[in-house]
Amino acid sequence: MNNFETIQKKALYEWQSLQENPEPVIYIGMGSCGIASGADKVWKQVQETISKEKINAKVLKVGCIGPCYLEPLLDIQKPGFPRFSFNNVDEQKTIRLLTEFLNGEESKLKPLGHLDPQQKEIDGIRSFWDQPMLKNQERIVLRNCGIIDPENINHYIARDGFKGLLKALNLGPEGIIDEIKKSGLRGRGGAGFPTGLKWQFCREAKGKPKYLICNADEGDPGAFMNRSLMEGDPFALLEGMVIAAHAIGANTGYIYIRAEYPLAIERLKIAITQMIDLGFLGKNILDTGFSFEIRLKEGAGAFVCGEETALIASIEGQRGMPRSRPPFPATSGLYGNPTNINNVETLATIPKILREGGNWYAGFGTKTSKGTKTFALVGKIRRAGLIEVPMGTTLRKIIFDTGGGPIKPFKAVQTGGPSGGCLSEKFLDLPVDFESLTQAGSIMGSGGLIVMDEHTCMVDVAKYFLKFTSQESCGKCVPCRIGTTRILEILEKITQGKGEIKDLEILENLGDTVKNSSLCGLGQTAPNPVLTTIKYFKDEYLEHIENKRCPAAVCRDLVEYRVIKKKCTGCQRCVNVCPTGAITGPRSEPHNLDLSKCIKCRACYEICRFDAIAGDAIVIE
Amino acid sequence: MDVKIANTTQSTLNKFPQKDKSNLIQILQAVQEKDDFLSPEAIGSISKHLRVSRSYIFGVATFYSQFKFNPPGRHSIRICLGTACHVQGGDFLLNVLTSELDITTGETTEDGKFDLDRVACLGCCALAPVVKIDNTIHSRMSVVKLKEILDGYE
Ligand SMILES: Cc1cc2nc3c(=O)[nH]c(=O)nc-3n(C[C@H](O)[C@H](O)[C@H](O)COP(=O)(O)O)c2cc1C
Ligand code: SF4
Ligand code: SF4
Ligand code: FES
Ligand code: FES
Repeated sequence: MNNFETIQKKALYEWQSLQENPEPVIYIGMGSCGIASGADKVWKQVQETISKEKINAKVLKVGCIGPCYLEPLLDIQKPGFPRFSFNNVDEQKTIRLLTEFLNGEESKLKPLGHLDPQQKEIDGIRSFWDQPMLKNQERIVLRNCGIIDPENINHYIARDGFKGLLKALNLGPEGIIDEIKKSGLRGRGGAGFPTGLKWQFCREAKGKPKYLICNADEGDPGAFMNRSLMEGDPFALLEGMVIAAHAIGANTGYIYIRAEYPLAIERLKIAITQMIDLGFLGKNILDTGFSFEIRLKEGAGAFVCGEETALIASIEGQRGMPRSRPPFPATSGLYGNPTNINNVETLATIPKILREGGNWYAGFGTKTSKGTKTFALVGKIRRAGLIEVPMGTTLRKIIFDTGGGPIKPFKAVQTGGPSGGCLSEKFLDLPVDFESLTQAGSIMGSGGLIVMDEHTCMVDVAKYFLKFTSQESCGKCVPCRIGTTRILEILEKITQGKGEIKDLEILENLGDTVKNSSLCGLGQTAPNPVLTTIKYFKDEYLEHIENKRCPAAVCRDLVEYRVIKKKCTGCQRCVNVCPTGAITGPRSEPHNLDLSKCIKCRACYEICRFDAIAGDAIVIE
Repeated sequence: MDVKIANTTQSTLNKFPQKDKSNLIQILQAVQEKDDFLSPEAIGSISKHLRVSRSYIFGVATFYSQFKFNPPGRHSIRICLGTACHVQGGDFLLNVLTSELDITTGETTEDGKFDLDRVACLGCCALAPVVKIDNTIHSRMSVVKLKEILDGYE
């Protein structure tokens, strides 16, 4: 292992030198999300300004640290100082930061926080990690995201990378499995099956070669934990895969990743090459005689392919249809051979567990759900983003302390994506773990948490998810194919104001049938959004059915647009944006809205609310 | 048959062994990467290469939302209809697109300017609702903003 020490020394030296760089270092958060918020423009501006001002600075791309609402984020490290973070940076702010702040001039631009893990306050600047959104987090799997350059293996190594692998190789397969069992780790892909046990089944299964598959399909339409992790720290996933492969006895691994994630794919490819170069992957890993190669397979866009047997069919080049289990993939998976499938987050957690020990990891979380979990906290919420908290944290703490709550009154939180449910206010003190969410009628799922406020219609949300699952049903079993379509039709009827009271009972019966008689997890959970909304938000269904009214003013057929004459300033802004000429009126006088011409496009409403001279006079009721 | 398409398909196919249908999805991805869509001609060539029927190929290709059977427009619009975008009003944006462009998802405008498709989450839900046009993600969209942006494309 001398070789490893040499590699480590070199990496530590590089990382240390970067912290002590005699010139400034600039770090830009360049995850897909950062880029969507304009980080690429910031990147260009930084390049332009440093060349124009002849600033001798190093510029690095890092992944995403998680608080999406602060993006684009840019850190500046002045010689002799730690990194200082600046939020919501645009081109103008970039120029000012690189001139005013770098030169130490008196400036209104205050950093959000510093990133020195050891210190509390530096020059009156608090730690970045003290902010409300980060304070309650426990970052185990996300620990490198936004901190290291994800395209530089030395950064990863300098922050304890591959120490877990080293330990694993010494422990041997049984030892690794024991350690994972001790940690209590359960799969993060949704079902929560104990990971150690799953590995043991595959290890003990007869047949060769064995395969390891990483499920990076992330099909929940509203979740991005796995994407962010792979973009910010691809090495953690890959190290976890090498350890898993050694434990089960596989020499070939696949990462089944969504084609919609081009940046993650690129970063994984770079990371794989760098690992092979240093001997952490490929033939004869760290001179132990163990060989393992990883292939990337791009998923072509089908939610059901996240289901493990469908995923295997898809890797084999077929339509991604689930098949019945048993046999489980552990005994008969890819090409009929023993196969172990794990989620991205599950695998990326492994290195740290090996390094710190299973007992250490089991120190986080609840009795049945150990460790931490990442969540994509989005929807009607002030501080949206990617977070990691110990299992057992209450929904209230996550939504209100970390996320800052919604601006309008809270109505519901949706967990588990299309397979999950909507929970009402009375569940806010529920500790988030596998069992308690299931008991409440929802599921943990992969980690989507969508917050909804009084402007969200719960019938519409149920309709949205059923539209998704009915389209994504592979069609193999009748209850799922026909059942989800029937449920969708009824929900459409209700949102059009044509619902009848007996529909609620039909929905519940149909829901139970689909749940109990479908082959795979898609069908078995698809009715959850309907069943939970009927259970916890029945009054909203009743309003739609009995009073033909949508209390949240979302369902198109049940709302009207109106001008409140008293408020209307007669600014004529709405007249200009209305595509049908439905609004008329002379300047400076209250306008008329002709309902027979209105197509309910919402343009006038937006303009009237956000334009300075308009009077916020248009309402949807 | 379109000679250009035929040539690129053949050179793509040569990278994959014949008769091994486990590579079908990768082949479809590679062909679409080059041609931007799966033409009937390309499917014919793949069918010969792998010795499987056209209907088998269509069966697989239509199962996955990634594959397109229409030539794309000069600009590609991808409207996000993921959960976060939905609760923030994504449907209104879709209505603007379908009514302004007079097409539905999966189609290309008659003048070849825009093609339109829906996607389930572009991974930047915190900026919802979002619309991606070519390689630019337009975030925190509104009906009015989207119309203005559409006007800016040639
Ligand atoms: C319809 C459906 C979609 C799924 N999608 C995913 C997914 O996108 N990612 C994932 O990791 N697991 C997904 N799963 C769960 C997988 O089948 C499987 O349980 C998981 O990948 C196992 O890994 P784990 O034990 O590490 O959680 C899905 C299951 C079903 C039924
Ligand atoms: S439950 Fe639905 S998605 Fe699953 S196998 Fe049956 S038809 Fe296909
Ligand atoms: S909602 Fe649209 S169509 Fe109706 S009045 Fe307003 S702008 Fe005109
Ligand atoms: S800003 Fe990166 S995950 Fe959101
Ligand atoms: S739901 Fe639209 S970006 Fe995620």
